[in-house]
Amino acid sequence: MEQKLVALSGNEAVAYAFKQARPHVASAFPITPQTEMMHKYAEFVANGESTTEMILVESEHSAMSAAVGSAAAGARTFTATSSAGFALMWEVVYIAASLRLPICMALVNRALSGNINIHCDHSDSMGGRDAGWIHLFSENAQESYDNAIMAWRIAEHMDVRLPVMVNYDGFIISHTADALYMLPDEAAYEFIGKYQPKYSLLDVENPITVGPLDLTDYYFEHKSSQLAAYDKVPGVIQAVSEEFAALTGRQYGFAEEYKLDDADMVMVMLGSSAGTAKDVIDEYREKGVKVGLLKLRTFRPFPVNYIAEKLAGRKAVCVLDRSASFGGQGGPVFMEIRSAMYGQQVPIHGYIYGLGGRDFDLQQVGTVIENLQKAAAGGAVKDINLLGNRS
Amino acid sequence: MATNLKQLTGHEDLLAGGHRACAGCTGSNILRQIMLTAGRDTVVGGATGCMEVVTTIFPYTAWKTSFIHSAFENCAATISGVETAFRSLKKHGELPVERDHINFIAFGGDGGTYDIGLQSLSGAMERGHNMLYVCYDNEAYMNTGIQRSSATPLGAHTSTAPAGTVKQGKEQNRKDLTKILVAHNIPYVAQTTPFHWKDLAMKVEKALACNGPAFLNILMPCTVGWHFDPALGIEISKEAVETNFWPLFEVENGIYKINQKPKERKPIADWMKKQGRFKHLFKPGNEHILEASQKYIDSEWEKLLKLEAKDAE
Repeated sequence: MEQKLVALSGNEAVAYAFKQARPHVASAFPITPQTEMMHKYAEFVANGESTTEMILVESEHSAMSAAVGSAAAGARTFTATSSAGFALMWEVVYIAASLRLPICMALVNRALSGNINIHCDHSDSMGGRDAGWIHLFSENAQESYDNAIMAWRIAEHMDVRLPVMVNYDGFIISHTADALYMLPDEAAYEFIGKYQPKYSLLDVENPITVGPLDLTDYYFEHKSSQLAAYDKVPGVIQAVSEEFAALTGRQYGFAEEYKLDDADMVMVMLGSSAGTAKDVIDEYREKGVKVGLLKLRTFRPFPVNYIAEKLAGRKAVCVLDRSASFGGQGGPVFMEIRSAMYGQQVPIHGYIYGLGGRDFDLQQVGTVIENLQKAAAGGAVKDINLLGNRS
Repeated sequence: MATNLKQLTGHEDLLAGGHRACAGCTGSNILRQIMLTAGRDTVVGGATGCMEVVTTIFPYTAWKTSFIHSAFENCAATISGVETAFRSLKKHGELPVERDHINFIAFGGDGGTYDIGLQSLSGAMERGHNMLYVCYDNEAYMNTGIQRSSATPLGAHTSTAPAGTVKQGKEQNRKDLTKILVAHNIPYVAQTTPFHWKDLAMKVEKALACNGPAFLNILMPCTVGWHFDPALGIEISKEAVETNFWPLFEVENGIYKINQKPKERKPIADWMKKQGRFKHLFKPGNEHILEASQKYIDSEWEKLLKLEAKDAE
């Protein structure tokens, strides 16, 4: 497939991807750094390039509520937010997943208050990690665009019917001009396909009741059927990614494996920082240090078997979290990885880095690799470490 | 217009019996009356609250039309999404069944409307969705156990503002939500009660035909929260109008019209006497609260008369 090489910010790239899905409805409320994504989309609509009906709501709570109403009516629907906006949606974020509504959302990752901070970390999405959404993470504008195309296929698959969140780092990806390949509109829509809702509130000849009171005698069964749905998601993500690779040449799975095959030591992370890590890994590789990277793309559902297999037998593993779990055992990614590795004798330690947009630089990656070498040699490294903060 | 009783009773009842409303609940009367006028081509949204809880419990539903409940404070936003989906799918030629028009009705109690859902309601009204929002106002958070709301009148006993030895129920007057909606400059805003079935049916018809956002505030006497005999709910609705506690009026494209003016206004104490929530106000020492209630109602009525007179000029 011939694709156009373009220079776009992450926000613009995702706006284009969503436009190519020809959604019927978009609802959103502005919050930095998501704003430009919706500005771009509003331009498409104002210029007649998109026929999406936009609901310019008065809050993110209403953005997600309107999205729920729209999706329950059988319309292809998206929204976008960041940080506090996502936190304000929180109640309805659960409802969207529980009602099995395939809404797509761009979550432009930004630190949660307080104190208020507009820059990147992953505390927003991690706060909603148990809400029932599929979480895809992106390293750059290309991956943000690609995830935003594939999101529809995954969300709307009949075995899935769950909302998908496309995460990309605030400012670092959202506001940085980046080179990426874009599918032609027709090819993108052909790949995504027309949405076929199973139920619609608007089918007035076959009325339905959505969201009834559900107490002790049925609620648990509804949750168990919801839990079972996530078992089917990995297979769908794989199949959609393979089809996407056949179309575009770009490979995706649960994670990107960077110099992983022969790596004795592995760092695990997600988001834009992986790009920085790769550069430093290259330097150490030249020195003969067998270090590699596992960059997670899907955080929910968490690819537990894949992780356990990929990290098996390594001499040391470390996990980098761009969010903290206050009072917990390290960051959310760390907890998941260590749990996935239960029973294996692989030493694992974790870092919390980059909170509130603190730069993640080459030197920090160097420190991480030095510590990995220490751990691999049987040395002691603290379980949880802070990286890049002034003590 | 199907505003005679014979025609209305011939319409299909779209709220099935067997729901779990309390004996003497006037809320189900309100919903049935609305649905008799609205008809089958309607999508209903309910905020969390009494009427949502009693009409749906999985695996049952009393709704013969499509119905959605999402949460407490977001019914207006939810229905605004459904209505937008309708316009978009219609524009794209992708409706599941061909329809030129579907009614979109959101309803919530005073908790879901005056208080926690006010922002969502205001946003939906301002955006101009073609929808009707109905508040069934029973003047407290009945579903969670009769706590005070901003719709609770002065002096009423509730579980969070109880009548005790040093406090005598709610210490504030009620908020005038209807006027807040009038200030949105939407095509149609009105108040009514379930006793005034003809007025109610006429107002639902106007609201659904106004081709824009509409708001109905409907007083819903609550036998449990107001403490009256379950047989008296409809009579109390009637007397709320006769005392000017709950004037029947409508504001159509900004023009006020009072639909019924009592020939002789009954004292509010007569109405309050029938309700246990005001019982303590009839004890010696609390006369000033009754007086303040009467004064407030009279002053609000005077203001309403002036608004109508001004618009009639």
